[in-house]
Amino acid sequence: MGFMVTISINDELQQFPAPPALRELLSTFSAANPEAAFAVAVNGEFVPRTQYDAVTLNDGDTLDIVSPVGGG
Amino acid sequence: MQADPLLLYGEAFDSRLLLGTALYPSPQTMLDAINASGCDIVTLGLRRQNPKSRDGAQIWQAIQNTGRKLLPNTAGCKTVKEAVNLAEMSREIFATPWIKLEVIGDDYNLQPDPFGLVEAAAELIKRGFKVLPYCTDDLVLCQKLLGVGCEVLMPWGSPIGTGQGLLNRYNLRTLRERLPQVPLIVDAGIGAPSQACEAMEMGFDGILLNTAVAKAQQPALMAQAFAEAIRAGRSAFRAGLMQKRQTASPSTPIVGQPFWHQQKQQ
Repeated sequence: MGFMVTISINDELQQFPAPPALRELLSTFSAANPEAAFAVAVNGEFVPRTQYDAVTLNDGDTLDIVSPVGGG
Repeated sequence: MQADPLLLYGEAFDSRLLLGTALYPSPQTMLDAINASGCDIVTLGLRRQNPKSRDGAQIWQAIQNTGRKLLPNTAGCKTVKEAVNLAEMSREIFATPWIKLEVIGDDYNLQPDPFGLVEAAAELIKRGFKVLPYCTDDLVLCQKLLGVGCEVLMPWGSPIGTGQGLLNRYNLRTLRERLPQVPLIVDAGIGAPSQACEAMEMGFDGILLNTAVAKAQQPALMAQAFAEAIRAGRSAFRAGLMQKRQTASPSTPIVGQPFWHQQKQQ
């Protein structure tokens, strides 16, 4: 087994055999949460929708995917 | 009655009550409260999706169906970077440049961090946001927020979720007197309609609240009570309150009093 890439997705560590494309991770998220509207930050920096295809995550990166909730 | 809209960033609203969408027992209870309140603006937030709960999607769908103007918040942010990035995510999801900016400085009282707040507000305004900062009642902080381009301010009445009403009337009155042209919305800490009415009588332009309605035994009825109190307070402010004084003054005319009341008092 070679080197694995570890990414923190919404505070949960996940391992990948190679650096995953952001689009691929978001497809997985959408499949699990089909109704969810969402927006994304990588390493705490907002990534606009138009940039999804341009981003690949590397070992140690964090991905935050947020959705609407009630708020005050 | 003369029209008396609430003007925020060039938009006019009939209602002076802004209502939060958290903490309700169910999405339907929230919808009933929104309808009963007559509010034009609702606040909401963004959080990481909890895969075990689909409440978020349901609430978002319900909020969208109300057709109210959305005021997303940056609740829970403690740094400028967090707040700015969450605001960007909000703008994308909710398709609005309006943001209720929260930068929290202390967990005990959820007090806004005044330094981070001004820095985040300046950055967001540069990026084209319309910033409604949740701030303390500190006059100089409020002036700094106006200085970086905020056109609306939302000082706290008391800490979020405490229901303690207006804790520092001197500071709040000072804000109103020193910033007469600025829309000021009391945000947070309002627990009872009488407190909301008092703030409106003092000349505040609106009230933003959540917990007092969401946690009432009957949220829709409480929402209606707040709407009525806010309308009453606003009318009283516009009508002009009398000055308090020490000595009594008869309201019924003395002239023409019957003779049996004319005896000299001992």
